[in-house]
Amino acid sequence: MSVDVTLPVLSPKDFASDQEIRWCPRCGDYSILAQMKKVLPTLGIPKEKFVFVSGIGCSSRFPYYMDTYGMHSIHGRAPAVATGVKLANPDLQVWVITGDGDSLSIGGNHFMHVLRRNVDLKVILFNNQIYGLTKGQYSPTSPMGTKTKSTPFGSVDRPLNPLSVAIGARATFAARSVDVDIKHLCSVLERAAKHKGSAFVEVYQDCNVFNSGAFEFASKKGKKEENVIYLEHGKPLIFGKERDKGIRLNSHDQPEVVELGKGVTEDDLLFHDEKSEDMNLAFLLASMRHPEMPEPMGVFRCVDHPTYNDAVYQQVESATERSGEGDLEALFNTGDTWTV
Amino acid sequence: MATTDVPGANGKLSEQLDAVVIRFCGDSGDGMQLAGTQFTNVSAVFGNDVSTLPDFPAEIRAPAGTLGGVSGFQICFSSSDIFTPGDEVDTLVAMNPAALKTNIADLKRGGTLIVNEDAFEKSNLSKAGYESNPLDDEESLAPYQVQKVPMTSLTRDAVAELGLSPREAERCKNFFAMGLVYWLYQRDATPTEEWVKTKFAKKPELVDANLKALHAGFNYGLTTEAITVHYRVDPADLPPGNYRKVTGNEALAFGFVTAAKLAGKQLFYGGYPITPASDILHELSKLKNFDVVTFQAEDEIAAITSVVGASYAGDLAITASSGPGIALKGEGMGLAAIMELPLVVVDVQRGGPSTGLPTKTEQSDLYMCMFGRNGDCPMPLVAPASPADCFEMAQEALRIAVEFMTPVLLLSDGYIANGAEPWQIPEISSLKPIKVSHENKQQGDEPFMPYLRDEKKARPWVVPGTAGCEHRVGGLEKLDVTGNVNYSPENHQYMTTLRAEKIAGIADFIPEQTVEGPESGDLLVISWGGTYGAVRTAVKQTIQEGLSVAHAHIRYLNPFPKNLGDLIKRYKKVLIPELNTGQLRMIIRGTYLADAVGLNKVQGKPFLISEVKQKIREMIEEK
Repeated sequence: MSVDVTLPVLSPKDFASDQEIRWCPRCGDYSILAQMKKVLPTLGIPKEKFVFVSGIGCSSRFPYYMDTYGMHSIHGRAPAVATGVKLANPDLQVWVITGDGDSLSIGGNHFMHVLRRNVDLKVILFNNQIYGLTKGQYSPTSPMGTKTKSTPFGSVDRPLNPLSVAIGARATFAARSVDVDIKHLCSVLERAAKHKGSAFVEVYQDCNVFNSGAFEFASKKGKKEENVIYLEHGKPLIFGKERDKGIRLNSHDQPEVVELGKGVTEDDLLFHDEKSEDMNLAFLLASMRHPEMPEPMGVFRCVDHPTYNDAVYQQVESATERSGEGDLEALFNTGDTWTV
Repeated sequence: MATTDVPGANGKLSEQLDAVVIRFCGDSGDGMQLAGTQFTNVSAVFGNDVSTLPDFPAEIRAPAGTLGGVSGFQICFSSSDIFTPGDEVDTLVAMNPAALKTNIADLKRGGTLIVNEDAFEKSNLSKAGYESNPLDDEESLAPYQVQKVPMTSLTRDAVAELGLSPREAERCKNFFAMGLVYWLYQRDATPTEEWVKTKFAKKPELVDANLKALHAGFNYGLTTEAITVHYRVDPADLPPGNYRKVTGNEALAFGFVTAAKLAGKQLFYGGYPITPASDILHELSKLKNFDVVTFQAEDEIAAITSVVGASYAGDLAITASSGPGIALKGEGMGLAAIMELPLVVVDVQRGGPSTGLPTKTEQSDLYMCMFGRNGDCPMPLVAPASPADCFEMAQEALRIAVEFMTPVLLLSDGYIANGAEPWQIPEISSLKPIKVSHENKQQGDEPFMPYLRDEKKARPWVVPGTAGCEHRVGGLEKLDVTGNVNYSPENHQYMTTLRAEKIAGIADFIPEQTVEGPESGDLLVISWGGTYGAVRTAVKQTIQEGLSVAHAHIRYLNPFPKNLGDLIKRYKKVLIPELNTGQLRMIIRGTYLADAVGLNKVQGKPFLISEVKQKIREMIEEK
């Protein structure tokens, strides 16, 4: 089959807007922006088909810095705005840019519902475990005991785990990466872009002003190898500088760290299956948190389900097939009418 | 004006009337809304002008037989133009003691009271708080023509041969009541019979049962010795054309679909269920073959923000709610206002504050809709006058939104939303299409400027996906023309003024205010929204009494029609009746420095014509 399709040849520069970027120097957001600009030209989608929708917060300035269509909306509501954009025009690739406060505090409701509906949107959550724009209060992902201006004696809130929430809402794609892990982040963003359905990506992002180094364990060379497991579909969960450690399920089906050799082989380890319809594995992986366990990076779950927007349009189409294209005159004259 | 005719076929007298008000009331499970709706349909099809007022209990299902569970449906049908469901009831059908107790005060002296005698037994009497059976109290019933009809047992007997359970059999008693009233007012039951056949097509035993009950009621009227007179109301002299009955919510849905269809655009509705606005969602959900996308959002905020997104992406986008939901939508409206995107927000007002009186009507959201957003954020406001007017005002709201690139509020109310009246079905060719143009940059043009303005101060509407027009919008203050974020003090002042001027400028594109009655005189009565009918009728009748009074009904509340200020000055006094404590009055006083007087009622009920008339007389009499 030969179809003459001219794909646009674009470069990262084509996606840079003329606006001055106003994030703090060395903010993790710069890296995420740079990786996004690298990934989009590889997708074969014309530039004008991208829409970036954000809420409020440092990360939510993101659309201003992309030369695409975009909307900096209101606190926490970006998933709902984006749902409207996608439903009105399913031809667009719609990205939601959000932060931990934006999506999990004020926008928790919309976050959950956009994922459970499986609207074909890409949700990138910049998680820095702090409120940066309002100058340093704790966020719904801050660990208990976090000392901030609003919690001088340490926070007493139990934090939310974004991936657990996303998987609980049955996100069809759920992944995690780290701002400075350039290659990994690129690959995760690319997979999210290509997923049909709601794609959720949590990115550990460094706020060097209010919460510097919160994710050093997962980003710093020499540390991350011992603290992070890179998930690969169909492969055993192995980590460590020497790749000498792995994750096995104990007799209570709980994950435990084991050393390879000394009677433990790769076959004894837990194998990653991102396609599993059963969400237990993804939950179990999401529950592995530093420092008790190495934290998984990569794609936790990637399953194919019909999208919400497709289902909506299928109803429109089948209604039109069944009843014919809407005819105002016929509509007005249904039911009891009379002539004077 | 009643005239008594010659005896009818069965020897009974037939009396001719101009207008009749009937109210069906019973327990919320008794099918009173159905009875009222069917009676409305047969009257409309017969050619009467009709106006209806359903009255739902606030509880989803209060205990059967209690005062809180009474459901009512009032209909006025007439041989001349009418604008309200009427003040006093001519015929009251009360299916149980609670219904009698809560409604008898509205029955006029000499009116007909039809009661289901079977329901007046001990337990129902005590639930309604009667110490003795009111049907035995001849003194208190003396002012009325009372028909005690054992409807439950007669219905049971009528359907006996069908082998239904006693419960199923008794459920048909509303059809018995309908049949009796159909006989009383000489209604042709055919449309109801057809309706029953379609509705219960899958349950033929229910078709039989309901038709038997209906006929039994009719024959009861025909044969019983107790009822000696029945009545005739001739068809009304309406303008020639095809008619159907519409409720306000139906007419809004029709109006929006029409606007979108004529504009060649997809209609997007994002909403969250709330009484009394939900029917708009229900109606539009049925019309997917009109290129309608409906989205039942997770909450009111998601509803408005989905609409913002859909508008940004190029749809004609609408949301509807009632007071508490509109409160939640405030931030989203502000976002649409600063981004200058077209959309319509419908507020079907109900009693407030907070959850207030969910099933009862009020006009108390005017302040919220006029002012209820942060910052200086004027939005156009329109308000339909009646159920049928919703069709036109829905289109007007969308037209203003698109032509001026602004969110628009449409204020309906529970009375308009659930009330019904005849609607003259328009010729499609006579409808004015909404012109939508989307910017589409040509190669080699200058960079696209999303906040460049046309002569109406509207900015371009670009559909994402249009090459060369990529741009960002958002809630932060804009620099005009480029749309870039700009915090400079001068720019904020400039943009605030510009947005306000754009909205104020709409006054040049809406009709001037007209009055019913003399162009100047002693008193101008100003109304808005669903009080139209009562005020119109009151003014009409007081003019007939020789008073110097005129009526201005405002359908464009922001901006006001250009001539409104001058018009007000031509009258010595101004009266503003409202179902709130004086919200339009304060705005009129503030805007025009006019010494307007209020007539204010917040009881969850519409005005009676007599209340408005009395106030008009008072104001003209006092010096």
